[in-house]
Amino acid sequence: MYSQGLIGADNKTEETQAFLDAFQKRIDAEEKIEPNDPMPLAYRNTLIRMIGQHAHSEIVGMLPEGNWITRAPTLRRKVALLAKVQDEGGHGLYLYSAAETLGVSREQMTEELLDGTAKYSSIFNYPTPTWADIGTIGWLVDGAAIMNQVPLCRCSYGPYARAMIRVCKEESFHQRQGYELVKTLCEGTAEQKAMAQDSLDRWWWPSLMMFGPSDTDSQHSDKSMQWKIKRFTNDELRQKFIDATVPQAELIGLTVPDKDLTWNPTKNRGKGGYDFGEINWDEFWRVVQGHGLMNKDRIAARKKAWDEGAWVREAAQAYAAKQQSSSVA
Amino acid sequence: MNPALLHSVVQIADDHLILGHRMSEWCGHAPMLEEDLSMPNMALDMIGQARTLYTYAATIENQGRTEDDFAYLRNDREYLNCLLVERPNGDFAHTMLRQLYFAAYMHPFWEAMHKSTDNTLQALSFKAVKEIAYHIRHCGEWIVRLGDGTDESHERINNAVSALHPYTAELFEVDEQRLAGIELGIFPAQAQLRQVWDKTIDQIFHQAKIKVPRTDFNQSGGRKGLHTEDFGLLLSQLQYLQRAYPGSTW
Repeated sequence: MYSQGLIGADNKTEETQAFLDAFQKRIDAEEKIEPNDPMPLAYRNTLIRMIGQHAHSEIVGMLPEGNWITRAPTLRRKVALLAKVQDEGGHGLYLYSAAETLGVSREQMTEELLDGTAKYSSIFNYPTPTWADIGTIGWLVDGAAIMNQVPLCRCSYGPYARAMIRVCKEESFHQRQGYELVKTLCEGTAEQKAMAQDSLDRWWWPSLMMFGPSDTDSQHSDKSMQWKIKRFTNDELRQKFIDATVPQAELIGLTVPDKDLTWNPTKNRGKGGYDFGEINWDEFWRVVQGHGLMNKDRIAARKKAWDEGAWVREAAQAYAAKQQSSSVA
Repeated sequence: MNPALLHSVVQIADDHLILGHRMSEWCGHAPMLEEDLSMPNMALDMIGQARTLYTYAATIENQGRTEDDFAYLRNDREYLNCLLVERPNGDFAHTMLRQLYFAAYMHPFWEAMHKSTDNTLQALSFKAVKEIAYHIRHCGEWIVRLGDGTDESHERINNAVSALHPYTAELFEVDEQRLAGIELGIFPAQAQLRQVWDKTIDQIFHQAKIKVPRTDFNQSGGRKGLHTEDFGLLLSQLQYLQRAYPGSTW
């Protein structure tokens, strides 16, 4: 619990040019920045925002998949899904802990999620109406998350980078598990295959949006790249994801819902890559601004759990206080 | 085939599946993140044990059924779980207490099964006893905190005790099939388990500053396939895909 001591600690730094240069020099030398190291306030705040959003995404992400735990079709699928959703909760826990090392508490972050100040990945504002969505989320959403997160294992901030190593191992397992689920549907009855195709049709574009706005429109990319918090731009990662995923869809007989998708041998410095159609950024911003099918339900569910759990948390604190006072007496 | 053994194994498997299913309903909605990790753990233990038991039931029956046939493709009246495990989650106090009541029964059960004359069940007992010991510890710690926490938590845990206690006697019922298994040294005598259960509950309740209630009437029926209305709704979720797309591979 070493992070607890840092909450509310005086994290002011005098940001002279010499200080900023020395900090950048450490970053350029690939040194890890650790919780007690001096750091520019903007670096600290960028990380609090990023890690907080990431943690919230894990927690909110438990809901669309949790939607199918009680309806999973076999015992094997049921335990796999339970364990997967539990993993997401575990990721949330490491990430909140990593964010706490920067001087913010989990309670504070939770309140910001519930009052709408903090964001989470917009992908979780889409619904999971069918069982196939459980596979598709693993395959595409966790697949896209891995593309984003593998470079974060080398992020300049030590606690985040270390948390990401374990997170990525588990996400990679989820991605394969999700793909195997979709593949099983594709090998099943015509109805099951149609269920898989419908799910891909609904999740493909939102998955591409997960990489964030195009590089020309992203607010945060430049500085994050300079500080080696991020290593690749949104567009670079999106391209990698498409190039990796299209052949996986083809292999199991599914059609990617993009009529402009074509192989371009000159892309990626001659290694080739896919050209793809225009992303509907209006939809992206609409969902980010709170108008996705599930935005309100997601926050309502989190708020309900938090509010209805208040008496349990209070009981635990009251009990701990009694124990402490009786041990002092 | 030993039909009495099959009957008893299915009863125990159903207890685990249904309790695990109920616990899994909490996933993503717990009072704190730590519980969002530990409640699925307990659900996974329960469903994991159910899988082993159904697979064993299928072996005893020897008619080509699988764990999923048992779990998904029976009707309401064919499930033999006790009523306690199917009770709806209620609040956190109800869920923790329901789990404790069940775990306090299964722990001495699995301990005694180390000496069972049935090799499969004996082998399972060594793994199961470790898991269930954790459930007693985890839920017991919560019961103590709720009982000796705030006025509200004390009232809530007392309400849970009043609501659930009448369902605990069914855990110890002995039907003719179980009696046959006890006589063959497969299962332990229920009276012996009752003593240990009473001791565990007394100890935890004492620490939690709550009283073991006197119950006027004990509910029972699940063991014979007579369930409460909530159970049908549970099955309609559990079985949805298997029923909507019969014969499919998932």
